[in-house]
Amino acid sequence: MILNTVRLPHFDASADKKTVKLPLPKKVIISLSQSIGASCEPLVKKGDAVLTGQLIGDSDAFVSVPVHASVSGTVTGETEILSVNGRLSRAVVIHTDSLQKICEDLKPPVINNKESFLKAIRGSGSVGLGGAGFPTHVKLSFDSKKTPVDSLIINGAECEPYITSDYREIIENSQNIANGIKLVMKYLEIPTAIIGIERDKPLAIERMREIVANNPEINVKPLSLRYPQGAEKILIYKTTGRTVREDERPYSAGCLVLNISTVAFIAEYVKTGIPMIKRRLTIDGDIVNKAVNVSVPIGTTLSELLQSADARIIPDRVIFGGPMMGSCVYDPDTPVGKTTSALLLFGNSKLKKESACIRCGKCIGSCSMNLSPVEINKAYDASNKPLLKKLRVGLCMNCGSCSYVCPAKRNISEKNQLAKQLIKG
Amino acid sequence: MNKLIVEPPPHIRTSNSTGRIMLHVIIALIPAFAASVIIFGIRAAVVTVTCVASCVFFEYFFRKITKKEQTVSDLSAAVTGILLAFNLPVTLPLYMVIIGAFVAIVVVKQMFGGIGQNFANPAIVARIVLMMSFTPQMSSWVKPFYYKMSVPDAVTTASPLGAEVPPGYADLFLGINAGSLGETCALALLIGFVYLLAARVIRPVTPVAFVGVFAAATFFAGGDVLTGILSGGLLLGAIFMATDYATTPLTPLGKIIFGAGCGVITFAIRQFGTMPEGVAFSILIMNILTPYIDKLTRPTPFGAGTGKQSGKEMP
Repeated sequence: MILNTVRLPHFDASADKKTVKLPLPKKVIISLSQSIGASCEPLVKKGDAVLTGQLIGDSDAFVSVPVHASVSGTVTGETEILSVNGRLSRAVVIHTDSLQKICEDLKPPVINNKESFLKAIRGSGSVGLGGAGFPTHVKLSFDSKKTPVDSLIINGAECEPYITSDYREIIENSQNIANGIKLVMKYLEIPTAIIGIERDKPLAIERMREIVANNPEINVKPLSLRYPQGAEKILIYKTTGRTVREDERPYSAGCLVLNISTVAFIAEYVKTGIPMIKRRLTIDGDIVNKAVNVSVPIGTTLSELLQSADARIIPDRVIFGGPMMGSCVYDPDTPVGKTTSALLLFGNSKLKKESACIRCGKCIGSCSMNLSPVEINKAYDASNKPLLKKLRVGLCMNCGSCSYVCPAKRNISEKNQLAKQLIKG
Repeated sequence: MNKLIVEPPPHIRTSNSTGRIMLHVIIALIPAFAASVIIFGIRAAVVTVTCVASCVFFEYFFRKITKKEQTVSDLSAAVTGILLAFNLPVTLPLYMVIIGAFVAIVVVKQMFGGIGQNFANPAIVARIVLMMSFTPQMSSWVKPFYYKMSVPDAVTTASPLGAEVPPGYADLFLGINAGSLGETCALALLIGFVYLLAARVIRPVTPVAFVGVFAAATFFAGGDVLTGILSGGLLLGAIFMATDYATTPLTPLGKIIFGAGCGVITFAIRQFGTMPEGVAFSILIMNILTPYIDKLTRPTPFGAGTGKQSGKEMP
């Protein structure tokens, strides 16, 4: 079976831009909900002095990751922020003392088996850096007796336009990536690994091939230039030919997929004990003169980022994340989270006006999950829940391909998400 | 900060648009239009312009009086106008052309909700309505280049499908024969076909299935395959009318079934029916079946069904 995909423009002007550290922000706003799952309870209060890397929020829930201070300074209070998923979440505001004094509790974790490895991963605050923000320790907590995993798939596809954050990880930290892969393979007893990288990044492919040259169990697989190749199920199919069924998780197909920057972080954490407190992101967009890759503390606000963006004019659309799946932000206090992979600035935007569906069927031809978005949209308009279930709208991953190709400029994928909510409710 | 736009993702879109698709179709119809003017003279242009102008006017007027958003700029009414004109004899009185435009745009398209909502091809239904209402005028054909001839020679003639002695293949291919004004020149229509394929407006499946099945049926019935393909409205219908988005199936498999059905019905009407031509009816019948074809050919979602029955799919 050939999966439907779309060809997108790349806009990878930031690819050869080395990651630069931005000047320390005056304040950071750190969301206590940095992953899918339960929000953390704050462990600090107004007036507390905190050190870089100090634990400031945690939760008893399994599907949740702890949150750490990304700067040293003073907690000035708690606030509420609108996170990109549309929910309000609690956040801790810290004013920087610009000393960046590292918390002395931080030590490289002691790891001797799978259990201690998973515990360390949870303690690191690691989430999938590709964008979905799934807690890494949860992903790794599969029962390898019941569902043995034989392939670790490393997602270096980075198929969204503009973003080159993962690419820079490969170019700048390939040793960490290789070490991280070996750690995961060792403690989870996974015999082989495949690193998927899009074909238009020959330097990255070469770099990874060199670094794993002595590890025949780790393969680098060049991928075609298609979207949405970085999506978990699509990547599994493209790299192994296996299909993940709708009621299953990837490990049922013997696969575990991790983002390339996530494994690099794991290696770094095991070496240094510094938790997930910074984020590399690409700053680009159609009004940006010089695209850059920057490294900032988690919690850096939009207004601080905008100061280092070299934009020609004042933007009228500001996006956190990629142009296909990212979210529009408008509050200057919106903070960078663990999954914020890009800041995109667009200008002179025309408000898109939807026109009538002409039934061209391009949405069907673009859907990697082989759904029928045109019929899903109609069924949603008619509130036809049985038909929506039959059309398997639950499989839609909101990649946006259908809306992208639609000549009538309809917000098809948005309506698919509404339809998913409708059948849940 | 100034005012910011908040919109659902994706934040980039293809530059393609409904208007651009329709413009591609219009460009693809230009060769056939030029051929019609060469073959049937300036009146071919008069009929086409009248038809397009009335279609655009009716669309504008209907949207205006029903207080709906204007859709004239998407050019779909203009495409319908050209296609309807191409389905008419060059000698048709202009008031009948205007009636046809009214049927196509107001009755068939707008009354069902406008672009994308109509279940049947507006130009096809308008042609059928005109044929039923004004049979003599709709079936009177003039000889090619009649406008250059002296009056007694420019008599009406039979279309190749009704003729005793069919014209030669070369004349059929170049369109030098009687017929509706845009349907005769196979060469011009094929140029349009190639253009539509290159512009990725249509997929080749529908026309190939339509013409292929028709040719196979004619061959097995012992008919003249090439004459059958090159005469009447087969190529015009297969390339431009059976590929209309709104009234044909969504998926490639559905399009194949649609095209094959058109081929069978066209063959059956031409072979066994009382009418010489069956392209319009075949497309109309398949238009009506389109919702059922869509239902039958719905794509199977990737990974649908439980893993228990199928197990692992190894490469």
